[in-house]
Amino acid sequence: MEIGLGHYLTVAAILFTIGVFGIFLNRKNVIVILMSIELMLLAVNVNLVAFSVFLHDLTGQVFAIFVLTVAAAEAAIGLAILVTYFRNRGSIAVEDVNLMKG
Amino acid sequence: MIVSAIAFYVFAAMAVAAGFMVIAARNPVHSVLFLILTFFNAAALFVLMGAEFIALILVIVYVGAVAVLFLFVVMMLDIDFAQLRQGFLQYLPIGGLVGLILLIELLLVAGAWVITPEAMQVAASPAPALEQAANTRALGQILYTQYAYLFQAAGLILLVAMIGAIVLTLRHRVDIKRQVISRQVGRKRHEGVELKDVKPGQGI
Repeated sequence: MEIGLGHYLTVAAILFTIGVFGIFLNRKNVIVILMSIELMLLAVNVNLVAFSVFLHDLTGQVFAIFVLTVAAAEAAIGLAILVTYFRNRGSIAVEDVNLMKG
Repeated sequence: MIVSAIAFYVFAAMAVAAGFMVIAARNPVHSVLFLILTFFNAAALFVLMGAEFIALILVIVYVGAVAVLFLFVVMMLDIDFAQLRQGFLQYLPIGGLVGLILLIELLLVAGAWVITPEAMQVAASPAPALEQAANTRALGQILYTQYAYLFQAAGLILLVAMIGAIVLTLRHRVDIKRQVISRQVGRKRHEGVELKDVKPGQGI
């Protein structure tokens, strides 16, 4: 029973689908949407590392480090915007974010 | 070999189950905790693959920084989460449909995937054998030489994110009293003390 590349790709695909599903399901809750994005980025990382390991090429792992960096920056900025939005509106309902429409 | 296969299935199943609970949990605090569990299991999968450095970075960066940041924000904001969950079932059919189609597509791609034998020869930075350099050492050898500029760029991204987060959330409040040390020190005696000549029996 050999665990191959396909197994890891399947896990990553399921995790990515859960992330997409979460964005659709929690349309009002920005925090869960941000967490779903983190899940999707994690799935991408699993893909990158799996290919890197099974093709014996370290570039994929370097790329995974950069994806991780960008994910951390994105979470920080996203949560900062969320805090500012909550201060101004008193809620985090994203369905009626049309302040910028003018 | 059988042990690693069992470990893979256990960790993969736990990662998927925890990932599902992230989007399905009623309380966002539970969502964050399940997110942490997902990250731990993904890190275990990375260790199984032999990518220890990424695994530990995942634990440090995601669990130690990002998830704790999420936890802070969830607990800091005073939100009625029950109200936010209204319309949850409304999006279930369309979300389920899109998710199912996406999953089938991804699995079809993963199932029909064949790697050509030449793919091993064209590796941009081939992984050295385990006897020559372990994963962390091999990564460091290419990260600080071949990808040094990109590494600096990653640091720049983090700097921009840090400054951006501070600028976004910092606010100068004018309605609170602050200590101004120069004004405290620059105070003269005649500003603070006043002598009154009080007549006897009259009061001020």
